[in-house]
Amino acid sequence: MSAPASGSAPLPNVRLRQVGRPLTRTDAPGKVTGRTPYAGDYVMPNMLHMRVVRADRASARLVRLDVSKARSLEGVACVLTGADLPDRTASTDIPGQTGQKRLDTGQQILVKERVRYFGEPLALIAAETRDIADHAVDLVEVELEPLPGVYDPVEALKPEAPIVQGTTNVVAERRIRKGDLDAGFDAADLIIENTFRTPFQEHAFLEPEVGLAWLDENAVVNIRVSTQVIEHFRPIADAIGVPHNRVRIRGALVGGGFGGKEDLTVEVYLALLALRTRRPVRLEYTREDSFVGHGKRHPFVMTYRTGVTRDGRITALDVEMVADSGAYVFLSPYVVLYALVAAPGPYRVDNLNVHARAVATNNMFTSAFRGFGAMQACAAYEQQMDEVANALALDRMEFRRRNFLRTGEPVSTGFVPPSAIWTEQCAERAWAALGDPTPAAGPLRIGRGIACYQQSYGRLTFLHDTSEAWVGVEMDGTVVVRSGVTDIGAGQVSALGQIAVEVLGVTLDNVVIYNSDTAVTPLAGTTTATRALYMTGNAVKQAAEAVRARLAERAARELGVAAGDVDMAFNEVFVTDRPERSIPLVELVRLCGAEGIHRSELVMFRAPFGDFLDPETGQGQAHPDYAYGAHAVEVSVDVDTGEVEVLKSVAAHDVGQCINPAAVEGQIQGGAQNGQGFALSEEMLYEEGRLVTPSFSEYLMPTAMDMPKVECILLESRSGVGPFGAKGIGEPAMTPVAPAIANAVADAIGVRVFEMPITPERVVMAMKRRDAGEV
Amino acid sequence: MSNERTIAFRVNGREARPTVPAHRTLLEALREIGHREVKSGCEKGDCGACAVLLDGMAVDSCLTLAWTAEGKEVTTVLGLGDLDALHPVQQAFSEGGAAQCGFCTPGIIVAAKAILDENLDPSEEEIRVGLSGNLCRCTGYTKVFEAVAEAGAALRAAGSGR
Repeated sequence: MSAPASGSAPLPNVRLRQVGRPLTRTDAPGKVTGRTPYAGDYVMPNMLHMRVVRADRASARLVRLDVSKARSLEGVACVLTGADLPDRTASTDIPGQTGQKRLDTGQQILVKERVRYFGEPLALIAAETRDIADHAVDLVEVELEPLPGVYDPVEALKPEAPIVQGTTNVVAERRIRKGDLDAGFDAADLIIENTFRTPFQEHAFLEPEVGLAWLDENAVVNIRVSTQVIEHFRPIADAIGVPHNRVRIRGALVGGGFGGKEDLTVEVYLALLALRTRRPVRLEYTREDSFVGHGKRHPFVMTYRTGVTRDGRITALDVEMVADSGAYVFLSPYVVLYALVAAPGPYRVDNLNVHARAVATNNMFTSAFRGFGAMQACAAYEQQMDEVANALALDRMEFRRRNFLRTGEPVSTGFVPPSAIWTEQCAERAWAALGDPTPAAGPLRIGRGIACYQQSYGRLTFLHDTSEAWVGVEMDGTVVVRSGVTDIGAGQVSALGQIAVEVLGVTLDNVVIYNSDTAVTPLAGTTTATRALYMTGNAVKQAAEAVRARLAERAARELGVAAGDVDMAFNEVFVTDRPERSIPLVELVRLCGAEGIHRSELVMFRAPFGDFLDPETGQGQAHPDYAYGAHAVEVSVDVDTGEVEVLKSVAAHDVGQCINPAAVEGQIQGGAQNGQGFALSEEMLYEEGRLVTPSFSEYLMPTAMDMPKVECILLESRSGVGPFGAKGIGEPAMTPVAPAIANAVADAIGVRVFEMPITPERVVMAMKRRDAGEV
Repeated sequence: MSNERTIAFRVNGREARPTVPAHRTLLEALREIGHREVKSGCEKGDCGACAVLLDGMAVDSCLTLAWTAEGKEVTTVLGLGDLDALHPVQQAFSEGGAAQCGFCTPGIIVAAKAILDENLDPSEEEIRVGLSGNLCRCTGYTKVFEAVAEAGAALRAAGSGR
């Protein structure tokens, strides 16, 4: 439960009435009744149904694509192939992609000649019914000539490896060089080196990608779509060859994102066919489409070489990271940058060398996923911390304590975060909350693990992030918020309501929040990078404060006091220390209306704008700020079968300030499941790039049978750069979970499984190696 | 399309008579006649987002052919309660923060109703087993378990004539 903890940061003098309370979210009633329309619930008259035809090889040349039978099937309205399209690409392009090897991040919209991954789209079909569209897919004749492919990023670095695209398989390369690495290793009493591997991961949102597109009376392409990023109207317009103001994205409440709806999904296909047919078109991915149709989490191979003194001080750290970028670039340059910055974790390392590369293969392309490279780094550095502690015969917590980064100290890039660093407080609380150990019984061994983390919130500062919001008070005293932000399930929209009503002194049922429409809501930026609350929350807070200031100024004249003596709460405006002297908000608003006092405000909030990190040393400010915390678990391992069960799962995070503690806990508990699946059971199996686990009966995320109840300890330093001192929790919730579990498994069986997921087979193999004396 | 038949069943107490081919699933048939509260997550019985009660038993409507619903009573999440009168299970999910993205929620609430129809005071293990066919990617299930228990308590209190 929520328990503000004492700490070193000063507490601002705040009296919060709505913020910090577990209010019922504004989106909850519609969701529990099924009344909320999602993007896939919209239909239009005369609507066509779409399907995507995909390649069934990962590396091939398209020899023949014959769609004539599909085109002549009764009820088929349109079939598009690469040959029908101009030479444009679609990509998730962010301005300022400094430092990557391949400048062209684009992906061909439909295959023209070369197939680079399994499932790459070959053709688009629109038909009168879904049955007809399905039938037409079967009538498409495809001839693919197999070409040599490369399916392992380390193999792809070898000189003889086939080149996936362009002239090199290295698509991004970043470095940190800090201090004197050689001197650091010279000062070490012990040097420990290990290599850790993390796997592909599927986002597994429950709502597959879906959208509906149509042309409106202005010939604007409207797309109602499940997305994290409505700002994609720009690359969509570029891809279909129309001006940016001719594409309108209307979002909907999103049925889960986790980064998987951060890139373009169905939008370009929909836009092309809406333009071509001039009819509404709907495309809903099947689950199998979803598995092969959007980018996955980057698998990483990470080698950590740590120098330490006998008394447990880290003197040097050398890290080599290779990430599998798959067949197209997408957000790989950013993912490796996040991994680079996060490489040493929440520890002070003065002599540091990190080399991180994203490497192209003919695997599924990889892109954004909750944690975004930083969680893969955490999976390595926190396992390495345990390995080093064991080598020193030092308590794992004590070893961490001796190396924690503390408030006011610089992170790996030399930047000093503006907020508190409460890693230690979080770790102590989480570790203690595990309570008495569960007794071992029969074949079950009990183990415990902890992992701490550093995770950014807010986008890279060189991206110059901004967020706009509009807040207004209606003539009856109700409040309207307009923000382009998408709500992917974390309660992004409801939090904005809670912030606005806090400032304007009304209750949550008196606010309506319009969101995610590029034509009517001010652009707020993406719901990614744990930025939504930080950026849109600050924008809404500032807009509401501007309105409040004008209302308070007018109220002060009415009440005969200074504006600073006026407070607003529960639909009343009153003198702070004499609340009986008051005026109802609705009367004040009417006064303002009659006198032409502006009752609304449009604000742009700007994150700190930075330059790109130094390309040689990696020094500079990468992010606005960082979140810190810890996750602790207790597991049982069945030494006969290798099965791991998570018995206890405790998270402690400094969230800065809860806006809605129930929503914060929800993020943490969901992150615990996401991380547990990553650690233990979620496995995407590829054979020469072909996914052989494209469903939830093969790809196993934790079910209600697998998840322990997750305990949340919320610390509030009120030191974050978000509204009211909030930090972010979306990605941090997941980041430390998997290494905590890995450490607990190693604690239970006395040997480490260096590759995730830690499946029963890998556990049994590790114990065999241990028994054979190989480790 | 040949092979079509008009079938009659009741949805949330109202008569429905869709004309559908033999291969049409109950999920597709329900959504085609406007029951958009029934969600499609995998169309092969893995995720439970499409769960409905068929004569009181929770089933995946994607694995149920529409023709087999002939003469039966279908209850969707909207049949339990609506915005102006939430069912205690819906109330507990809403107030307890057990719905996040909300896409799995209609199916999970239907499954929770089926659990509580069997036993108003289910053990945590019974709740877990009852929800084992419903995947959720947002909540980690903790608040879902708590909401089902809370709804059971509310229903017990109501049943005891309070």
